[in-house]
Amino acid sequence: MEKFDAIVVGAGPSGNSAAYVMAKAGLKVLQVERGETSGSKNVQGAILYATSLEKIIPEFREEAPLERHIVEQRLWMLDDRSHCGTHYRSDKFNEERPNRYTIVRAQFDKWFNSKVREAGALVVCETTVTELARDDSGRVVGIKTDRDDQVVYADVVVLADGVNSLVGQRSGIRSEIKPEHAALAVKEMHFLPREVIDQRFNIKENEGVVIEALGTVTMGLMGTAFLYTNGESLSVGIGCLVSDFRDSGVSPYVMLDKFKKHPSIAPLLEGSEVKEYAAHLIPEGGYKAIPKLHGDGWLIVGDSGQFVNSMHREGSNLAMETGRMAAETVVALKAEGKKLTEANLARYRKTLEDSFVMKDLKKYKNLPEILHENRQFVTTYPNLLSKAAETWFRVDGMPKLDKEKDIFRTFRSGRRLRGLIGDAVKIARAWR
Amino acid sequence: MKVEEKLYNNRYMVDEGRPHIAITAKGEPSAALKSLVKVCPAGCYAEEEDGSVAVTPDGCLECGTCRIICAGTGELQWDYPRGGYGILFKFG
Repeated sequence: MEKFDAIVVGAGPSGNSAAYVMAKAGLKVLQVERGETSGSKNVQGAILYATSLEKIIPEFREEAPLERHIVEQRLWMLDDRSHCGTHYRSDKFNEERPNRYTIVRAQFDKWFNSKVREAGALVVCETTVTELARDDSGRVVGIKTDRDDQVVYADVVVLADGVNSLVGQRSGIRSEIKPEHAALAVKEMHFLPREVIDQRFNIKENEGVVIEALGTVTMGLMGTAFLYTNGESLSVGIGCLVSDFRDSGVSPYVMLDKFKKHPSIAPLLEGSEVKEYAAHLIPEGGYKAIPKLHGDGWLIVGDSGQFVNSMHREGSNLAMETGRMAAETVVALKAEGKKLTEANLARYRKTLEDSFVMKDLKKYKNLPEILHENRQFVTTYPNLLSKAAETWFRVDGMPKLDKEKDIFRTFRSGRRLRGLIGDAVKIARAWR
Repeated sequence: MKVEEKLYNNRYMVDEGRPHIAITAKGEPSAALKSLVKVCPAGCYAEEEDGSVAVTPDGCLECGTCRIICAGTGELQWDYPRGGYGILFKFG
């Protein structure tokens, strides 16, 4: 009977990282993916954060399919007819080893998975893992797939089965993700000639721009919209909490079309050809929603473990970090001749706690609840800011002192003084 | 724009005769199930004339939204499509 050192369920960023690191270290690794190829079931904005991949494949820039490196970040608050916000653009981001890239996941994941194969792992696609196999003591000893009823055995199973984590749930090691802890994002790929994108965003060569927006475009639901520049396409999307979609009855594609028609967005998309429409869930429950991450013969990595920092738009990097840390734990225990028991695999949890992954998630542990209970951040404030900016910039003979009073009055009538102070306190506490 | 027009650009390998999502409950649909008529990003759910909800998952994007919304009601049977079937993202 063939037995593997490790089986990795799923071939997204966390699964590919875990499989690569273990195979590279000489372990006998099987990776099982339900898609036609790695990437064919995967959806992301998408931004790649270089540091996390560099730790795994230092020379990735020479071969990975990268779209543009990001030189400008725009954070917008939208009301129905305006946007205001901040831009940060720096020539410093035109560096030898850029920090952030836009990527197209289907292509990127395929490349990453080719590296996993090169490292020596056996990758089986078009196969859905149905459940974990356990021995009499309850220890996980392998997997079952939809190919046949046979158990495929391994010393450890790394669950990188994504946000829905059906395998984890049906095997009783993870609870169901709650509608309050997940965002539904929809996205379209808009194709335009490269030079048109360069002109519209005031960029050249492989420079890229990302826009993150929040405001009335989400129709009172908690969420954000985005627009990213790829080489010859724009990724345009919007996402809100699943519980908000459920309670409001708003259709996500109606909201996406509203964003696309916004006067600040429409000119950027004009004349584009749409080639794909995608939807995906994002785990946004934060630190408090993280499930148990290890047990006898198993580990959880990536979205399946709720590793997303929604405030900083980080997820794929945390997927790579957790995949790598889980793999390094397995490699080290194997080298020490230790069994992959719950007690020994606790080293993975410890490594996570010592890293920025858990430190960052802990920092924002109260944020999901605060945002959940304070819709004014996506409704009242965008309108107030827009009104204030309009009052301030319109030259109409109104004395400036009166303009100031008018702006202050608008804010007080919108939120009252107690509300304004309370909101500031809430933000400060969420930030801590 | 209709959601069908959006789905038209996508690539699928439909597993004929083996829908991966099914409504198992009879009788009056829950509010959660009814919400899917609007909330499903692929428009897979429709309200029938008799007030029941029907699902046609051919255009499913496999996001799992319906699954987690109806997790508590037990009205849905939800699996991923067999390996290789379902949505095949060109870009993702």
